[in-house]
Amino acid sequence: MSVVLEANNISIMFGGLKAVSNFSIKLEAGELVGLIGPNGAGKTTVFNMLTGIYNPSCGKIFISSSNGGMIDITSYKPHKITQSGIARTFQNIRLFKDLTVLDNVRIAFHSSVRYSAFDGIIRSSKYVEEEEKILVQSRNILSIFNLSNKQNELAKNLPYGEQRKLEIVRALATNPKLLLLDEPAAGMNPQETHELMNLIAYIRKEFNLTILLIEHDMSLVMGICERIIVLDYGQIIAEGTPSQISSNPKVIKAYLGGGDE
Amino acid sequence: MRKNILTNFVYNLSIAVLIFVILALLIFSGIIDEYNGNLLVLSGIYLIVALSLNLITGFTGQLSLGQAGFMSIGAYSSAILMLNFKFPLILAVIFGGLITGFVGLIIGFPTLRLKGDYLAITTLGFGEIIRVAMINLSKLTGGAAGLKNIPKFPSSGDYILDVIINLTYIYVFAIIILAIVSNLLKSSPGRAIISVREDEIASSSMGVDIFYYKMFSFVLSAIIAGIGGGLYASYMGYINPDLFGFLNSVNYLVIVVLGGLGSLTGTVFSSVIFVYLQEWLRIFGDFRLVIFGLILIISMLFWPSGLMGTSEYSPSGFVKKLIKGQFTIESILSKAKQLLKKIISNKSRNIFKHNGGEGR
Repeated sequence: MSVVLEANNISIMFGGLKAVSNFSIKLEAGELVGLIGPNGAGKTTVFNMLTGIYNPSCGKIFISSSNGGMIDITSYKPHKITQSGIARTFQNIRLFKDLTVLDNVRIAFHSSVRYSAFDGIIRSSKYVEEEEKILVQSRNILSIFNLSNKQNELAKNLPYGEQRKLEIVRALATNPKLLLLDEPAAGMNPQETHELMNLIAYIRKEFNLTILLIEHDMSLVMGICERIIVLDYGQIIAEGTPSQISSNPKVIKAYLGGGDE
Repeated sequence: MRKNILTNFVYNLSIAVLIFVILALLIFSGIIDEYNGNLLVLSGIYLIVALSLNLITGFTGQLSLGQAGFMSIGAYSSAILMLNFKFPLILAVIFGGLITGFVGLIIGFPTLRLKGDYLAITTLGFGEIIRVAMINLSKLTGGAAGLKNIPKFPSSGDYILDVIINLTYIYVFAIIILAIVSNLLKSSPGRAIISVREDEIASSSMGVDIFYYKMFSFVLSAIIAGIGGGLYASYMGYINPDLFGFLNSVNYLVIVVLGGLGSLTGTVFSSVIFVYLQEWLRIFGDFRLVIFGLILIISMLFWPSGLMGTSEYSPSGFVKKLIKGQFTIESILSKAKQLLKKIISNKSRNIFKHNGGEGR
């Protein structure tokens, strides 16, 4: 098994607050790992560090490169990190609201486009070729997610569940090896959550993905994750298989509280 | 797709030529008199600068209040190139644009790291710096008195014909710039630019280098504003620093907001409306500005996202429908109804929203 992502002891301070301290993670290719923890534990902050939105105060992050080695992406800007193979969705949906569904997906193909702005202005044959390719690819990926008939609607007019779906579509269109999902089931009913579980399992196989996911819905996390990492007050308090985690006293204490007897 | 691009190009070009021929005939036959003809030329210049502002503010979402500053750099460099270095007019205008683009590059590098209000204030300050610099670099720019005898567009000696000649120059420049911006926005770099406006964090996590595209758009915007300035200098034949003050920058912002932030078609309409409105209101004397302000307030209350919002109108689409015979009286009426409904129900869209941190 090859390692896709490795983070060593990453920490970040906001003023005097240590939001995340000494977080380490190693993701093997094809793994589906859950990251859970009470509100404010620092889960989204971990995602923000992995995707370059925050730079960790200390520690290093590595991602596997195409030639087999590991590259240090600790100080990369977000777009460089996306280009090196990490895609993500957002907890509070961040679609391009006033653009069509199709355009939302087409933007995600941005880094694979090989023509310049000048080609675009004069409409060179390179432009035509690549645009046709992007259009076909975008339509393909939209049809996998049953969004084909919505491609010309504005993203903001989609129902909530489909907006979440579109975020995943957009992330997949950047051609990642690692997908970070930030609370994909937030605001969904049990049936929708169940559909989402199937969808995640499907895309993981179909797109050869490694997935790290933050989720509060325990039925989802316990149902599909092979390994779970529990975060509390910015620190890892437990790590293991779903059954190990659900019986871990530290985890139960973090979630349910309990006296310091 | 290849064939489609070609037909669209032919249709758009023929519509552009047709409109020009109609305007020229109207001027030639005296239906549009010399005064109104000149206003048409002026609205063309306003259009070019307003397009540049719409590119950076409407499409990239970066509020710039220094557009008149860029315009003045273009105007002065083009005038100096013609006066001191004997450049031919068109070359001088284009070089003036490129010089402005270079200045844009230098100014954009530190300022585009700022967001929202902060960027607006720095660009405002930059516009003032340029104006003051133009006053004080009197050896080169003639100081507060400005530059005189700037070579004008070729003249035939006949007033009416001259209006048409001026219009030709401005019209060709405006159409080319419109085509460049419109084509750019429909390409992948253009979509990246628009995504920066929509949501910077999401955009960067789609692999878009947001700083690069802000710079790209800012520099292109500076080049276009510079070209507009160069044309303005040659049209007027005389420039001074006060022609490019803060109020001027605000005028362009008014045009862009009135037409719709993020709509090129809207900018085209509103530039013409703006120039004519400003002149026609002169019958009210000193109350002109009050009435003008009132019109702005009312239009913003009822159409907060401008005449066109972010929608565009495509001439080639029009021609295609015309050829297919899809234009009956009913279809035009229903289309007009739709348009009217859309204009009336235009909802507010706050484009200057701040992009907060993730997880807020």
